[in-house]
Amino acid sequence: MSRIWGVLAWFAGIVFFAPVAWMFLTSLHSESDAATNPPSLLAPLTLDGYEEFFNAGAWPPLINSFSASIGSTIIVLLLAIPAAYALSIKPVEKWTDVLFFFLSTKMMPVVAALLPIYLIAQFSGMLDNISFLTLLYCSMNLPIAVWLMRSFLAEVPKEILEAASIDGAGLVTTLRRVVAPIAMPGIAATALICFIFSWNELLFARVLTGVVAGTAPVYLTGFVTSQGLFLAKVCAAAVVVSLPVLIAGFAAQDKLVQGLSLGAVK
Amino acid sequence: MAVLTREERPVADRPPPAPRRNYSKWARRAPLLPALIFLIIVTQLPFVATLVISFMKWNSLDPTSRGFAGFDNYVNVFTDPDLRSSVVNTIVLTASVVLISLVLGLGLALLLDKKFAGRGFVRTMLIAPFLVVPVAAALIWKHVLYNPEYGLFNGILSWLGFEAQPDWISNMPMSAVVLSLVWQWTPFMMLILLAGLQSKPIEPVEAATIDGASSFQIFRYLTFPHLRQYLELGGLLGSIYIVQNFDAVFTITSGGLGTANLPYMIYQTFYQAHEYGEASAAGVIVVAGSIIIATFALRTVSSLFKEEKR
Repeated sequence: MSRIWGVLAWFAGIVFFAPVAWMFLTSLHSESDAATNPPSLLAPLTLDGYEEFFNAGAWPPLINSFSASIGSTIIVLLLAIPAAYALSIKPVEKWTDVLFFFLSTKMMPVVAALLPIYLIAQFSGMLDNISFLTLLYCSMNLPIAVWLMRSFLAEVPKEILEAASIDGAGLVTTLRRVVAPIAMPGIAATALICFIFSWNELLFARVLTGVVAGTAPVYLTGFVTSQGLFLAKVCAAAVVVSLPVLIAGFAAQDKLVQGLSLGAVK
Repeated sequence: MAVLTREERPVADRPPPAPRRNYSKWARRAPLLPALIFLIIVTQLPFVATLVISFMKWNSLDPTSRGFAGFDNYVNVFTDPDLRSSVVNTIVLTASVVLISLVLGLGLALLLDKKFAGRGFVRTMLIAPFLVVPVAAALIWKHVLYNPEYGLFNGILSWLGFEAQPDWISNMPMSAVVLSLVWQWTPFMMLILLAGLQSKPIEPVEAATIDGASSFQIFRYLTFPHLRQYLELGGLLGSIYIVQNFDAVFTITSGGLGTANLPYMIYQTFYQAHEYGEASAAGVIVVAGSIIIATFALRTVSSLFKEEKR
């Protein structure tokens, strides 16, 4: 009986993974081998698709994506860690209400704020500026980061904190020597999840950026307009753009559910 | 902000107001304030602006005729057949993606909860779709899988010896979008439900087994009730994310063939038609709809949260 379940699970895994595998394989084929029917599985491998992608000006959007994602992640952590501290280790009164306020902002559809944000950007001359996008990504990820960091900081045992304060440790020492080592894996997971969300974002980037500050997802949407065969190139582009997310996602695998459910599920 | 300043304590033991206490209270609040203020400015004020603009007559291509419009934009939104169908599309898209991926996710989570060789590897394979950048995934589905001439689906059909080479996106545009999103979101549901399954207490199951309960009975009376709140959570979080979906609709059909959902429609009304007032009115309607889902979502999260605190 258990063998059947195993076979079934493997079958499902392969079915779900097939498009990803096919994307990798096609990205390594030549354009003419990529566009055959029936598909040519065993065609010779080449890196032409990747070469064309990078030669077609892929670096600036990739760099824009990296700066918006990494920049916003750093700012989010700087804002979220103190906030999470004030919601867990030394909680303010009514801290659950505050926590749920953070969460409720995440449930508002961003599309409703699109127009005013566009007008603000236009008015302040920040259209097509990567710093403006970075700030928006901060607001997008801040509630998630606060929830996640709170659930990680709440795991720091009260007894250790009390012991530290009895031993005369000041705030800085306590944070550095006691809280930080316990919270470090949580901080890393939070950072990776914020990075993924910023990296994936399309709608704001599409509306607010142009030729200068366009991010990788925006670049991808404009990538297919070229003439002739482009399958291998598209696959190479999709692989390159997805690679940071795949790496970050598998690195944060254990904490991924916790992050996506805003800390509600351990 | 009312949340922060209100303080409730039994009247009897309320101490006389002391400046020292007040100071320490603000010292506690201080680390919270930057995040809170930032979030209020960046996320709450734009909604106020949206609300204001939704009552204005404002087309950026026609700046002379700007003015107060009353409820005209809302009337337009509800009478415009395109916008109305986008409301229906949003509901159809969200409901079908959430339900199908919940069912598939439940099946996969139950499978992964069993012991078999290579379980970790299968889990990794199953998570992968969720970690492909959404735009990239949509592009792959559109050009590499659905393409009628050399897409993988029709390639498999020719392998299997079928003559038929359907044009998937033109023949069933909505299902094409739904399928690609189900592929991406099933891993998400699976992860949440798997976490639920693995947090299930083992003793009642053992007791039931000893008492001779069948595995169906165990699922029906023990596993399922435990999983219910995880199913709710997955469904609600999925709804919140998928109601807002823009990438798949934008990439796979460009909102054509009757697949435009509200986010796409708002994007188009504002970005291409420059109808700022109408776009804002539609935005307000989306917010109102989201508040309904969000209330339930918050309640579910809150009940899980209380359980954890206990």
